[in-house]
Parts: sequence; structure tokens; C-alpha cells
Amino acid sequence: MTFLSNIWRNEKSREIIIQIFVLFCIGWLLSWLVMNVNANFKALGKDISFEFLFIPAGYDINQYLIDYNNRDSHLRAGIVGLLNTGLVAIFGIILATVMGVALGIIRLSKNWLASKLAYWYVEFTRNVPILLHILLWHGIIINTFPQTRQAINFGDLTFLSNRGFYLPKPITESGIEFVYLCFVISLIFSVLFTKYAKKKQDLTGIQYPVFWINTAVIIILPSLAFLLSGLPISFEIPVLKGFNFRGGLHMSPELAALTFALGIYTAAFIAEIVRAGILAIDKGQKEAAESIGLKPSKVMNLVILPQARRVIIPPLTSQYLNLTKNSSLAIAIGYMDLVATLGGISLNQTGREMETMVIVMLIYLSVSLSISAFMNWYNSKVKLVGR
Amino acid sequence: MTENAYKPGSYPDLPPPPGTVGVYGWIKNNLFSSISNTLLTIISAILLYYLIDGIIGWFLFDAVYDAESKIECRKIDSGACWAVITKRVGQFVYGFYPEAERWRIDISFLTMFIAFAPLLYPDIPKRKWLLWFSLVYPFLAYILIMGGYFGLQKIEYSLFGGFMLTVILGVSGIVCSLPIGILLALGRQSNLTVVRTISICFIEFMRGVPLITLLFVASSMLNYFMPPGTNFSILVRVIIMFTFFSAAYIAEVIRGGIQAIPKGQYEAADALGMSYWQKTRFITLPQALKISIPGIMNTFIGLYKDTTLVVVIGLLDPLGIGRAALADTKWNGLSTETYLFVALFFFVSCFAMSRYSLWLENKLNTDQK
Repeated sequence: MTFLSNIWRNEKSREIIIQIFVLFCIGWLLSWLVMNVNANFKALGKDISFEFLFIPAGYDINQYLIDYNNRDSHLRAGIVGLLNTGLVAIFGIILATVMGVALGIIRLSKNWLASKLAYWYVEFTRNVPILLHILLWHGIIINTFPQTRQAINFGDLTFLSNRGFYLPKPITESGIEFVYLCFVISLIFSVLFTKYAKKKQDLTGIQYPVFWINTAVIIILPSLAFLLSGLPISFEIPVLKGFNFRGGLHMSPELAALTFALGIYTAAFIAEIVRAGILAIDKGQKEAAESIGLKPSKVMNLVILPQARRVIIPPLTSQYLNLTKNSSLAIAIGYMDLVATLGGISLNQTGREMETMVIVMLIYLSVSLSISAFMNWYNSKVKLVGR
Repeated sequence: MTENAYKPGSYPDLPPPPGTVGVYGWIKNNLFSSISNTLLTIISAILLYYLIDGIIGWFLFDAVYDAESKIECRKIDSGACWAVITKRVGQFVYGFYPEAERWRIDISFLTMFIAFAPLLYPDIPKRKWLLWFSLVYPFLAYILIMGGYFGLQKIEYSLFGGFMLTVILGVSGIVCSLPIGILLALGRQSNLTVVRTISICFIEFMRGVPLITLLFVASSMLNYFMPPGTNFSILVRVIIMFTFFSAAYIAEVIRGGIQAIPKGQYEAADALGMSYWQKTRFITLPQALKISIPGIMNTFIGLYKDTTLVVVIGLLDPLGIGRAALADTKWNGLSTETYLFVALFFFVSCFAMSRYSLWLENKLNTDQK
């Protein structure tokens, strides 16, 4: 008896006993689940196989970034869906970032009216479920925008209608390579110049207006090349033919609604993150920077922002991740993203719930895990070194 | 006037310089302090004018509250057609719960506030007695809502819907996910490698996949993992998924709280010879939970909002009822009205929750300031 109680009192051996017990429980649970799945599958005459990925999908997808028709395989349909997820995520992230940063700064401004407006925007937006935002925007575009014949017209170039938005489509012609080349050259120049200016400042204290010079070079050099090579970009303008528009870039109502909803919803969260990040910087930092005579822009760029960035970027990334995961709600309005293609129609047609859901989940999981691995690396890099 | 005219200490207070106090000073400082500020004020004012002019008119003054169809609405006035809501208010609140039995929902909803009061407001009088009620409440509510006991008519899950379903899903998810979240957070910080690994796997998996895929699993696959022949209702399956999902997020929030506690606290607890559970109960959790209140409340609000996703797997929450109403040819195309009405409900409840969280945070804040 004393031997047993000694084992239990010893920290090392107790830890081992507990862990073995937990392992045993988990093992039992998992094998129980697997056994159940086996029994159920046998009863239903099902098996697990991924061959269905290579048979023709047989359904149409109204929006695709790579060629697709209904004779292509389920695998290709899934890839088309994945690309659509990526497309709406990128649009949404751009919109959310621009709006969110602007709103966050406005909320901190001294202007009472503007800051209150931004505050109520944030409160209204983030307290309403994202699915409602999506359905609301979709409903607004479908039900209240005019039909194609009466489409809202911006100078005969861009049209907004209940069938979606039609924008001019840029078409590149020969000679564009020269413009790209100049753009790359100007980028390389700006990197080298920044390094040179920093070195010069370290050695002599002389400062160059680096930002303005770089901006000027990056804008002027490609523009000159653009003019010299004879304007190698033309625009294909959408034209109303019969009941619909032809040509141009078409943004379907689903894509537009999803972009607006995700962007507007996430912007509210980003605004709060930006605001909290700037507020987190101790007031003394700003005062100290001002008292040694830095200009307001330098105070912002050299003192406040580098510190705020450390606070802002981790939650910002997780918002981007949330936006990407929320884009899976596209299924509610019929936008064909990954969940709607592979996890929706393919699942229903082949009846392989297990396989399709495993693939869909693994894809989302690998995206999230790789981004959080990157964030951990970033956090450890920028972390303040304590004692 | 010479300085000698006043005795030391009796110099009268001068009025503040003109234009710095009062209404005029406030307006000048807060709205028109510089050119850019003035510009911002003007833009905001224009925006506000359009908002009030366009939206309030549409919302209230030009709106129609009673009509038989959309066409009739449009004949009466040009604003919102709230008739689509007023004709189905019962469904929006109770789903398809039998009309004669709806008092049961009302009672469970009202007593819910009594059950939650001692948990939410620690200073309430007679707290001990009320806590007993809180303990009994889940069983009471189950019996009242489900029926089947004491001569109450048994109601099928499939009749549940509307805001009632939202509250049932939200509240049960919230109540179940907090303890699981705490355990997961402790597991993730544990010294035991096996426990830590399992917790990390669970948390990362739940946080890595979209909730909607988990709901698909709940609706179409969960039965495969159960012994053949078991069949438990979709509502329970969905609540389990919501609970796991938000428990993983809560675990991460609480982990942040645990990590924020100064190391000296643990060292002091160890020096006093406390066991792991004593340390957790008296040192770690009280401090960690206090720090993580805003995060936990945000997760709760997120869970509450996410209950709308059940519409995708065919449950009739307010969105489902709304979509059913819109599918009716009489009301076809009134999506803005329907969704705005549901949005208003969510705004009110979520805003209330976030205000409560602010209040609690201030109350528990013991920082010296």
C-alpha cells in the first residue's frame, strides 16, 4: 500500500500514470468512433474512396477563373471553387483594410461628429451577423437595382444593374512588356536608393526626401514608358446587346454582394483593432518624440506606427483569416466557392459526405495553420525582449 | 490697477479667454479647429443629412404597416413595406410552435432573466436563493419548452423556429462552452505532454475550419459516428457543434489571460505549497478570467450571431422564416425589409451584451488609476 501511495505522491510517476490514463481514454474514444463508422458504412453498403474526384462533375459553375465546363471532373470543380474563394477573399480584404483603417483613424480624430458617426457605423455593423449582411446586400442588388436596360450608367463605361456590375476590361497589347520592365527597374532603383539614403544619413546626417523621390520615380518612369510605347493598354467596354451586356468585366451580383458584405463587416472589426493599436502606445512616446523636435509626420512614421504595428498585425491577420472563413457563407446566396462546389453539389451528387467534407476541411485547415505559423514567427520576431 | 490692490490669496479668478468654453468654445474646438477638421465636419454633416432624410423617411414616415401583398403596399405609400413582418410576427418569434402553447415559451423566456440575474449581477439581494433557481432553471426550461411531462403537450423539435430558436441555440451554446473552454485552456497550458497535445489539436482544428463545414458535419455525418440506430435530434447535434466551436475560441482567449498573469503569482503559490488544483482555483483562474472578460464576451456575441448559420442546414431561425416569407409570391422582393427587421433584433441583443461586458469590466477593474 505504501508503495502505491509513494508512486502516486511522486510527481514524475503520477504524471506518467495520468498521461497513460488519458491516452487510453482517447484511444478508446477514437476506436469507438471508427468502429461505429465501419458498422454504419457496412449497414449502408458504403465505402471510402476518392475515385469520385476524377469522374465528370456534370454541373455548371457560373463564374470561373480557369476554364471549366460540366464535363470536367469534380476535382477541377473543387479547384474552381477554391479559386473563387480566393478571389472574393482578396477583394474583401482590400475593401475591409481600406475602410477599416480609415474608420479607425476617424474614430480617433478630434472631430466629434465624424468620430461619433464612425462609432455608430462600427456598432451597427459588427452587432449584426455576417450572414445577414450577405443576404441584405444580395437582396439590395437583386431587388432594388434597375434592370439591365435601365442600368445605372457611369459615362457609358461602367454599368450597375440587378444582373451585376459591368466594368471596362483592360486588354494589354504588344509593347506592354516595356512598361513592366520599367516598373521593375523603378522598384529596384527605389530599394537601392532607400539603402543609399540610410547609409548617407548614418554617416553624415544628411536626409533626402526618400519617400517623395521614390514615389515620383515609380510613377513617372512607367508612365513615360507607357506613353513612348504607344499606349499599349486598351479597354473593352461593356455594351448592351438585347437583354444583357456583352464584353467588359462582369462582377456577378453574388460576388459583389459577398465582397461588400465581407468588406463592410470586417472593416468594423479592423477599425477597432487599428484604434486600439494606436491607443496602446503610451502618450509619453509621442510627447518625447515631439519634445526632441520631430515633425508630426516623423512622429507618426518613426515612433507611433512601428510600435502600433506590433499590436495591430496579429489581430489583423486573424481578421483576414476570419474573412476568408466567412466567405464560405457564399453558399447561402449561390456563389460557387469551395464549400458550395465540393462540399455542396459534389457532395449531393456523389453522396460521399465523408470524403468531400474531409477534403474541404483539410484545405481550410492548412490555410489557417500556415497563416498562424507565420504569425507565431512574426510575433517572436517583433516581440519586445523582456528580462 | 496695481498688484497691491489685492491681499495675497484673494486675487479673483478671471473669466476664461473668449471662445474656449461653453457651446461656442466646444463647437470651435471639436468641429472647426482646423481647415481639415472643418472639411471633415461638413462631409459628415452632408452624410448625416442624407442618412436621416433618405433612410428615416423610408423606414418610418413613408412606410406601410398593414397590407395584404407587396403590390398593395406599393399602392399605399413608397416607403418600406413592413406588412411582410406584421403579418408573420408570430412566426418570427415562435417559429411553428403551436399557438395555444406559446405561453410556455413566454414563461421560460421571462424566468430566464431571473435565472441569469444572480450570475450576471454579483451584488443582487438574496443571491444565494436565486442561485438555486439558476441551477434548477435548465430542467424547468427543458420541461416547459419540450413538454411531455406533467400533462404538457409534447412538442416536436422541427416546430421550433424564429427568435426563440436563436435564443435556445445561443444560450445553451454559451452556457456549455464556457466550462469546456476553461478546461481546454488549462489543458493547453498543462505540463502533461499528452493532455497538451490533445488540447492543441482540438483547438486548432476547431478554429481552423469554417463553422459552416462543422454544421454540415452535424447535419449529414454525425450519425455515422454513433452506434447504428442512434438518432438524436438535429437541434442537439447543432448545439454540440456550436459548443465545441466556441469552446475552442474561448480557450484561446483564456489562455491569453493565463499567460498575462505575472510569473511571481505562480511562484508564490508554489512556495505556499498549493496543489495544482488549488493553484488553478484560487490563483490562476480568478485573475485569468477577469482579464479575459472582454474576449469571452466577444466570443459569446460571435456565437450568438453565428446561430444564423443554421438556416443553411434547413433550421427555421429568423432568417429561415424570413426567407420562407420572401419565397411567397405575395411578398417576393421585400428582402431589405425582412432582413433589416432581423438585423435590428440582433443589433439590440448583441449591443446589450457588449454594454454588459463593458460594465462588468469596469466593475472588476481593480487597477489603481
